[in-house]
Amino acid sequence: MESTQSVRPHSRGRWLILLGLLVSALTLSGIAASPAMADEGGTDSQAEEFEYFFSGNVKYNDEPLEGVSISVSGNGYEAETETDENGQWTIGVPEKDAYEVTLDEDTLPEGVIVEDGQSTVDAEFGLTSRKAVNFFLGEGQRVTTDYGAQVLIRVVNGLNFGLLLALAAIGLSLIFGTTGLSNFAHAEMITFGALMMLTFSTTLAFPVWLAILIAVVLAAGLGWTLDAGLWKPLRKRGVGLIPLMIVSIGLSLALRYTFQFFYGGSTRQLPGATLPREISLGPILLSWIDVASMATSVVVLLAVAYFLLRTRIGKATRAVSDNAPLAAASGIDVDRVIRIVWVLGGGLAGLAGILWAYFRPGVSWDMGFQILLLVFAAVTLGGLGTAFGALVGSLIVGLFIEVSTLWLPSDMKYVGALLVLILVLLFRPQGILGRRERIG
Amino acid sequence: MIDWIQIFSNAAQELISPTTAAYALAALGLAIHFGYTGLLNFGQAGFMALGAYGFAISTLTFGFPVWASVLVGIGASIVFALILGIPTLRLRADYLAIVTIAAAEILRLIFTTNTFDDVTGSASGLQGYKGGLAALNPIPPGTYGFGPFTYNAYDWWIRILGWTVVILAALFTWSIMRSPWGRVIKGIREDEDAVRALGKNVYSYKMQSLILGGAFGTLGGMIFIMPRAVVPANYQTSLTFFIYAILLLGGAATILGPIVGSMIFWVLLSFFSGFMARAVEAGWFPFMTQVQAGQLRFILVGIAIMLLVVFRPQGIFGNKKELSFVR
Amino acid sequence: MSDNATPTTPVKTTGLHVGDAGPGCKKVDPIIIADGVKRTFGGLTAVDVAHVEIPRGAITALIGPNGAGKTTFFNLLTGFDKPDEGKWEFDGRSLAHVPAYRVARMGLIRTFQLTKALGLLTVLDNMKLGAKGQSGENLFRSVFPFFWRKQEDDIEAKAKEILSRFKLDAKQEDYAASLSGGQRKLLEMARALMSDPTLVMLDEPMAGVNPALTQSLLDHILDLKSQGMTVLFVEHDMHMVRHIADWVIVMAEGKIVAEGDPHEVMRDPAVIDAYLGAHHDTDLGDDDDPETAEHIHALKELIDDEQ
Repeated sequence: MESTQSVRPHSRGRWLILLGLLVSALTLSGIAASPAMADEGGTDSQAEEFEYFFSGNVKYNDEPLEGVSISVSGNGYEAETETDENGQWTIGVPEKDAYEVTLDEDTLPEGVIVEDGQSTVDAEFGLTSRKAVNFFLGEGQRVTTDYGAQVLIRVVNGLNFGLLLALAAIGLSLIFGTTGLSNFAHAEMITFGALMMLTFSTTLAFPVWLAILIAVVLAAGLGWTLDAGLWKPLRKRGVGLIPLMIVSIGLSLALRYTFQFFYGGSTRQLPGATLPREISLGPILLSWIDVASMATSVVVLLAVAYFLLRTRIGKATRAVSDNAPLAAASGIDVDRVIRIVWVLGGGLAGLAGILWAYFRPGVSWDMGFQILLLVFAAVTLGGLGTAFGALVGSLIVGLFIEVSTLWLPSDMKYVGALLVLILVLLFRPQGILGRRERIG
Repeated sequence: MIDWIQIFSNAAQELISPTTAAYALAALGLAIHFGYTGLLNFGQAGFMALGAYGFAISTLTFGFPVWASVLVGIGASIVFALILGIPTLRLRADYLAIVTIAAAEILRLIFTTNTFDDVTGSASGLQGYKGGLAALNPIPPGTYGFGPFTYNAYDWWIRILGWTVVILAALFTWSIMRSPWGRVIKGIREDEDAVRALGKNVYSYKMQSLILGGAFGTLGGMIFIMPRAVVPANYQTSLTFFIYAILLLGGAATILGPIVGSMIFWVLLSFFSGFMARAVEAGWFPFMTQVQAGQLRFILVGIAIMLLVVFRPQGIFGNKKELSFVR
Repeated sequence: MSDNATPTTPVKTTGLHVGDAGPGCKKVDPIIIADGVKRTFGGLTAVDVAHVEIPRGAITALIGPNGAGKTTFFNLLTGFDKPDEGKWEFDGRSLAHVPAYRVARMGLIRTFQLTKALGLLTVLDNMKLGAKGQSGENLFRSVFPFFWRKQEDDIEAKAKEILSRFKLDAKQEDYAASLSGGQRKLLEMARALMSDPTLVMLDEPMAGVNPALTQSLLDHILDLKSQGMTVLFVEHDMHMVRHIADWVIVMAEGKIVAEGDPHEVMRDPAVIDAYLGAHHDTDLGDDDDPETAEHIHALKELIDDEQ
């Protein structure tokens, strides 16, 4: 996701400013990185200094720039620093892996920007434990578009995000509706789709359309496997809903780190993810990927709606969601419906993962987990267990997150969405489309 | 060759480490929520973060003494529990789960954002708040102990302090759970409507439980930061899940379970990490890198959670008699 | 009132109403008075009771076909659900906007259709939980046993006494989850007595009870009356209704359609209509549907009663 939508015209004259490369051990031990421990769960009991560092030197016209904000994120770790009076900066990171390094353009002097919009770069360590990261500064103006246009841009982005959330949310909601399970491992079904897409498109060099197809089919297969191999046996054992939810948490943890085990902690791009934004609709600039993503979401969502409203098995699904014992009594094969819901949920989650990988952009091992809460928020907002509620909830969450960046700092944009979730529960606990339940 | 002594002694250190005490305390709080009352609190990481930041910010920004910083942390967690509880404790159990997990994430994002960097230190966190506590240390400077348990005065001080709090909390929990109050709480776990029909104010009891267990989490958060810095990345959702793993390991509705569960969890995890790291180094697993070996333990924790829930839902210390009736 | 030594031939309480027996008729000494209580779910009206009075010191049965709104009416009376409109009072005190736990503290204790024995508490703990006004239930006092030890002993003695009356004393240390369905019904009723209620509301006390326990349950219900309590119960078993009820209120489609003495009310055409109507509404092809089957069964019993 782009946190600041800015248009960069030509930048006259190129001052190739060299940054970094001052990697003397002296400097590094002087500016010790924060002795932060980012290890998930705080595995090591002693705080330790990091072994790996990113560093650089920010200069413009050979003048060092002080107080420029640089941040590093990746592998669930985030850190930030500012350049010193010599324009130098260093950030320690916990693992020898790929991270995103961002220069905050707002902290540059007036009239200076990072060239070609490369204010965020992907950086990965080579053989050494130090890595220099360069930003090329140029003269230019960050054109701030007027307020109305900004809103419009956010709305389109929000719709795009909301639609892809909806793909994941509908699956989650259908699974909740038919089995009562709050499936935390849904995040990993999202990630799985993106990872398969990465494998087939980048590693195995299949054509994009075929890779997408294979990834979605494999994700649907994962849904089927999880149901047949895990959830169905547990249902047969009569395991309660809350234990099931905790099982899904364990599964989520195990799968997530299995992904990291095989794919590593880096963020990698899918083919076409860096296409330029060349389609302009008024003030809105979109890439073909954005357009294709939204079109895919809409078509698939319409197909799901048709499935649920018009087909026999879709109606059966809604019947099971409504009242499983009654549906079973009227001759519906509940197990078959649940199996289909898992396959459908897996496929939709996989597709959502691919689109999310293009939207972020990038594929990483915990990408699904990053939006899991938003998906839950969407499902809860719409009303637990109602497929169309999940769609409405997703659009609201997507729009709210993007539009709220007009007022909220971009690293707080999820805060707004989660607060809305809590507020909605306060005033309309059954969700927007949910029904009030009768007690007893 | 593998240095087994080093691996074992590192693992043994976890038995009494402040981290183990902190997790034990947080797990005990979760036992009150989940094991005894049946509240699905997925935001224990948020309560711990409030303890850590409440203490550190009070000390650093406002210059409060230790006792006042502790009170600020507890106060913050009570307010947090009220904010969480008021909208959700009347609703179905899973709503509390979603709201608590969301609220804990909100806290983490607020502590991480650059917007409040002056106070929270944003992503790089806070340090330098330990002076007050170190000044209270009655142990004369020096190194004490034997074998793997050899620490300096400050390290002993925080261990003694941490485990004293754990023991007091355990005794307190034991005494309230055997009282009529505990009976109402356990009744609510079984069926809150039945308890309501007997004239008990279920909402108020659930709130008391949420506040109490949250306060334990907050105290745990304070112990957690005594040997290290405050870093927002430590308070992710997975922290809560780890505490659930500990709770399930020990037994959700027990007093000793969370404590011994935390010890077993950390000793095993340390042993496993140590062993894997050395084994990869020694070339036992040529297909695996050091980094991959480090990730294996998280996979293991995930699988352990699943197996425990399915095959031994009452945990190690849980009542065997209960097993046949667990749904 | 009755003082029955032989519970198999219960003494009926008569002369409960004022004027003609009919829907909403006045009672000599009502314990509950409900006026215009209405509850809708979506577009469906579940309960729409214009006026009803429950007589004090008697056993009143609330009957009606499935979906008549009996359980919802129970929930409304006990604060477990909130009506859209209406007012109702218990012992002269309004119950509108009173939460369920306060209703219970006023002396109106209910049981549930699906038994709510607290499975992982012992039978004795289940009983003790029923006692009112326990000082040890306060968090701050709970830490110090000397605040509540004496009261706890009294409660325990009372619980044991009631348990032995209900023949559950041998089970007192067992988890409630280990009891049979009928024993749980007994436990729930026994637990209700721990708070010395003035009105006991039983939701289908006979559902799922082993026939061997039926008589014992009936005796206990009659015993409640002999101890001066008022009983209101929902039941499908017409034999039981005829056997122990002093007064019968019939609901259909959310409304009170008939009221009266158990023998007379069975002759009321509105009652037969109610059961038939419920049957006519359902698809005739669905005869093996359990709900329909139950209606037919109830109807047969009604007709048996007539003959």
